[in-house]
Amino acid sequence: MMRVLRPVIIIAGLIFIWQIIVWLSGAPHFILPAPARVAEAWWAHHATILGHAGVTLLEIALGLLFGALLGASSALTLAYFRPARRWLLPVLVASQAVPVFALAPILVLWLGYGIASKVAMATLIIYFPVATNFYDGLRRTEPGWADLARTMGASRWTLLTRIRVPAALPALASGLRVATAVAPIGAVVGEWVGASAGLGYLMLHANARVQIDLMFAALLTLACFAVIIYFIVDTGLRRALPWQPDKLPAEQEE
Amino acid sequence: MPQKTLSASPQPAPGISLSGVSLRYEGVYLFKELDLCLPAGQCSALLGPSGVGKSSLLRLIAGLQPFEPGGRVTIAENEAQQTGKTSANIAYMAQQDLLMPWLDALGNVTLGARLRHERPDHARARDLLHQVGLTDYQHALPATLSGGMRQRVALARTLMEDRPIILMDEPFSALDAITRLRLQELAAKLLRGRTILLVTHDPLEALRISQRIFIMAGRPARLSEATLPDGETPRDPADAAVLHHHAELLRRLSTADAQP
Repeated sequence: MMRVLRPVIIIAGLIFIWQIIVWLSGAPHFILPAPARVAEAWWAHHATILGHAGVTLLEIALGLLFGALLGASSALTLAYFRPARRWLLPVLVASQAVPVFALAPILVLWLGYGIASKVAMATLIIYFPVATNFYDGLRRTEPGWADLARTMGASRWTLLTRIRVPAALPALASGLRVATAVAPIGAVVGEWVGASAGLGYLMLHANARVQIDLMFAALLTLACFAVIIYFIVDTGLRRALPWQPDKLPAEQEE
Repeated sequence: MPQKTLSASPQPAPGISLSGVSLRYEGVYLFKELDLCLPAGQCSALLGPSGVGKSSLLRLIAGLQPFEPGGRVTIAENEAQQTGKTSANIAYMAQQDLLMPWLDALGNVTLGARLRHERPDHARARDLLHQVGLTDYQHALPATLSGGMRQRVALARTLMEDRPIILMDEPFSALDAITRLRLQELAAKLLRGRTILLVTHDPLEALRISQRIFIMAGRPARLSEATLPDGETPRDPADAAVLHHHAELLRRLSTADAQP
């Protein structure tokens, strides 16, 4: 019961604090609109907002798919080929020294105003946490398992696919969780730099026309979608890895 | 694949001999030009203080630990072990159960076959789980089993490999006293006829289930053999002769431990 109630209470609390700030500060509605005003704006523009949200959602989903695939295959390459570790790992780390945001204008220049540049942005942002977490997991195979597999006559490849990969799946899952949490950033930043659709574009557009209530409505929609995507991915990962301990021992007593 | 007798190995178990084997760890010799002969079809226990190199010696025989050139590990008179190469004659059982948490008991028992891309013999695996008393736990994940049960699954997995040589590295040391006694008995019964090297720090365990006892001590380590009471294994821990030998072994081990 509390599991359902808790998020409702948290949201109600946040809205309440928001309303109090509006009352206390006396900010005009074009600086900080009250919750009711934002709700009204959302309802008035819900078709537009949801249409743009669909675009952003597609960008995030495709970014997650490509980022996860690329990240996982990089991690596997690094884990299996020793030369790859020496040559690619520094490149991987160095690639993260370039802020992905700084790449956004270049990506828009190359890939255009459509969703391709945003998917590329999201992919780039998602790639790193997936690759590093999964590679870390692959590197930390319990040495005893490797010994056991060798005495059983397993080849290096079999050791990787049958033991190291399943053992590293929880690490991959935590990489995917981080990736899911940051994925909307990639898509929205891409939309800010140059787009004709998406929630980021809508926010920028509303801001320019001083439709601050619409901007807030779009922002809240983005936040809702981000939370929902995270929840779906998290639940999916838990279901996929039932052997992984779900809770910390201290939590289990609850 | 024809059904094999489960309690005895298919062909006479080969013995193991080591000659002039040396191993260095961070520049210090753990053992130097060590010779050891493990008789075929018997259980030999290797006792000694921790850190003396018992596990390294076992891993070296298993082909998991490379050693200095010049030494020789021979199995079955004809197969010279190459350093760092595992043998198809050997099954390995470690202190931790090493069960894969994502596989159920049956999946863990048949792991070897799947790692070699063979068809797992599920009937035999079920039979082995039955022999170790886990008939009703075939589909249980390791996390839901107790420490003793997990180690029984590991024992069944070792038996499933059906190798004539079994190397066991403190296989029961993480268990409580009663579970340990039961598992020792079970292992002694099910592994009879195979060549076994049992690394242990528990002299009573060595006395219960082995036919030979070697004590490893010093740096570089030397081996010496201890005497054993007469009688079949598993020996009764309450037996006067066993207790007498136990006291004697403890005395020898504590002097061994005192040496620098």
